[in-house]
Amino acid sequence: MTSQTVSVPRPEAAVADGPRGGFGGLLRAEWTKFRSVRGWVIGMILAALLTIFFGVFVAANGSVGCQMNGGPARTGKACLPYVPYGPGGEVVTDSFAFLRQPLAGNGTITARVIALKGEHADLSNGRAQVGSGMVPGLSAWAKAGVIIKQSTHQGSAYAAMMVTGSNGVRMQYNYTGDIAGPPGSVSAGHPRWLRLTRSGDTITGYESANGTQWTKVGTVQLAGLRSTVQVGMFATSPDYTVTQDSFGGANNNSGPSQATGVFDHVSLTGSAPGKWTGTTVGGGGPAGAQGPGGGSGTAPYTHTGSTFTVTGSGDIAPVTPGPGGGLPTVTIEQSLVGAFLGLIVIVVVAAMFFTTEYRRGLIRTTLAATPRRGAVLAAKAVVIGAVAFVIGLVAAAVSITLGVPKEENQGQVLLPASLPTEVRVIVGTAAMLALAAVLAVCLGVILRRSAAAITVAILLVFMPFLLAVLNAVPAGAGAWLLRLTPAAGVAIEQSIPRYSQVFTVTNPVQGYDPLSPYAGFGVLCLWAAAALVLALITLRRRDA
Amino acid sequence: MSTTVQAQQATILDSAPARGASVRHALHAEWTKLRTVSGPAWLLLGVAALTIAVSAAAVGATHCPHNLTCPIDPTKLSLTGVQFGQAVVAILAVLMICNEYSCGMIRTTLAAMPNRLAVLAAKAILLAALVLVGGAVAVFGAVLVGHLILPGHGFTAARGFHPVWLSYGPTLRAACGSVLYLGLIALLCFGVALIVRDSAVSIGVALALLYLFPIVLAFVGNAHWQHRLERWTPTVAGLTIQDTTGLRGLAITPWAGLGVLAIWAAAALVAGGIALKLRDA
Repeated sequence: MTSQTVSVPRPEAAVADGPRGGFGGLLRAEWTKFRSVRGWVIGMILAALLTIFFGVFVAANGSVGCQMNGGPARTGKACLPYVPYGPGGEVVTDSFAFLRQPLAGNGTITARVIALKGEHADLSNGRAQVGSGMVPGLSAWAKAGVIIKQSTHQGSAYAAMMVTGSNGVRMQYNYTGDIAGPPGSVSAGHPRWLRLTRSGDTITGYESANGTQWTKVGTVQLAGLRSTVQVGMFATSPDYTVTQDSFGGANNNSGPSQATGVFDHVSLTGSAPGKWTGTTVGGGGPAGAQGPGGGSGTAPYTHTGSTFTVTGSGDIAPVTPGPGGGLPTVTIEQSLVGAFLGLIVIVVVAAMFFTTEYRRGLIRTTLAATPRRGAVLAAKAVVIGAVAFVIGLVAAAVSITLGVPKEENQGQVLLPASLPTEVRVIVGTAAMLALAAVLAVCLGVILRRSAAAITVAILLVFMPFLLAVLNAVPAGAGAWLLRLTPAAGVAIEQSIPRYSQVFTVTNPVQGYDPLSPYAGFGVLCLWAAAALVLALITLRRRDA
Repeated sequence: MSTTVQAQQATILDSAPARGASVRHALHAEWTKLRTVSGPAWLLLGVAALTIAVSAAAVGATHCPHNLTCPIDPTKLSLTGVQFGQAVVAILAVLMICNEYSCGMIRTTLAAMPNRLAVLAAKAILLAALVLVGGAVAVFGAVLVGHLILPGHGFTAARGFHPVWLSYGPTLRAACGSVLYLGLIALLCFGVALIVRDSAVSIGVALALLYLFPIVLAFVGNAHWQHRLERWTPTVAGLTIQDTTGLRGLAITPWAGLGVLAIWAAAALVAGGIALKLRDA
């Protein structure tokens, strides 16, 4: 009976002839349906309030305690170590052994690396034992080479050519820049020649296997480089980390390490005094990474004939969230944890937006008035998506504005994000909520029953994230869940980029999702698109 | 279905029953309602299937290599599935009451049995009994999976791991406790549904209650708040019943943790009972 009413094809004109015809009128109709149900409006406002409340609560309670050697236990800002900032405004680690000379004006440094050796804490029993014996072995990102640096201040601009533990020859600059050169390790039989040339603000890096045929690795601009810079050889080595991928998440054991670079055929052209000075920039490494040689102002180096040996510990790299950075860090997206509660509320309202029509029989009136079913679905999706977007935008902006200042008072180093990144995080959160709402509306169409639609929507969007966060599945499986399910969309909140030259752990709590922000968001978009198509097919095929 | 209920009503009126009898009749009526629709049976099956499947996945994915020490509680690991089975339990509990509201059946039920608290008691008893039975199957399956698989993955007695089997006291406690945990979760969600009445909103609230606190706990770094959340939130405190190692490090003892969940469930039931008693259906 009903099917008859609905399936009678009505001329399109009948729709257009209405007082407010076309898609605009449909949108208006759906908007009226939404705003006239008080529970839904209250629900959406509640979603924003809960998002803000939980986000700020988490931001204000992230404090970690600390205790200086024998001193009183402290919390909050008193725990913050000295934090250097790089030229790009990012938090950096800048600790290495530096054998240097001042160089006035342009010049070139060339050196041959004949060995890169290292040792690290003994992790064979699965746990770092600081202070116990070191065993031979190189960290993957142990590095030694030649460097041109603004000054010996931590965080100053630099460019360096280096050999690494297992990542071949690299040219790195200003902490975040990393250009790959040829792969392979260094040994007495296979030495590596490295060269840096300064010309104004431009630094060019070259490498060679024999010292005669040079290959350019990269050219970088260090804006505002002083006329006199420090130039020389360096060695450093980040914490040695062993990842044990077990259930309950990946266990990361890390301990201090150090690297020793052996150089010969060192030549320096340009205006330099010719006398080498050893300096430990940063006086050791990041927390816990202080190798035997660190801590003093003079770098351990030896100079025998034409051979220089430099031994250092630490890293020259951006600080990243998680165990790789060696600092208690916090990111701006930590203030957005509450969005998950908002998400549940929005999903509930969105699913009901369609299922209620089935329950009350209103769907038959709706489809009689607008026989173009696709247009009805589109209008509903647009209305609920727009409402969720606006709610999400307000909630995310307020959460970040209120939460981030509180994060800074918790004894953790806030990793700052640039304004465009902050905007992307806020707008992305709003868009994520909007897409989740669209997904829930479509599930409502497909399943027709609100209980089923909500359960499936929450299972798809919320549970994968929960599983990964709670380490309830092995780290590998958790990462795949965050790649394939709609929960991948949460990657859009990731504010700190992933650097290939820094050891990072995939763990959404600590700031890294398995996918890049836009890739993850794209996965959510695909889910929403697939749900829309499926909903359209079901809505067209089935009688209401 | 309503015919049965009507017939029941006639019996009650004839015999002018005592309070206990009215609960008994209500129980019979509710049992008839439950067994004549297929949903509850499927959901119970879902509880067992999801619990055992997740536990099997968890246990199958965990290895303890020879040269490493593994800080893993084999019993808790085997019971991982309970954290997901509880979602299905929540749905079962919510639908038990909300289905009646959504189709208007509740008015028939309350007309036939005006003693609303008896209806509530009957539904709660039946729900708890069903979930305890389904939960027992689920938990036994999970323990069996751990018992069969874990020794082959390096979790042997020779390396100091306790056996995952009911003959070992703490594992028995964790297993029985997990069954009770599922029962209490059912009652908690049932109470929520009584207050909220709409199935969609109830499921949203119930799942938020179950899963939000663990997420907040994961992000909160403040030790005081961590301690409070571990002690007083329904799922985090309740699941301490599964811990068999490192008991000294827990914020709350296993049975006390289950007690906290029981308080939540009782509070939800009382609030739901008051709502049922005071509001029009």
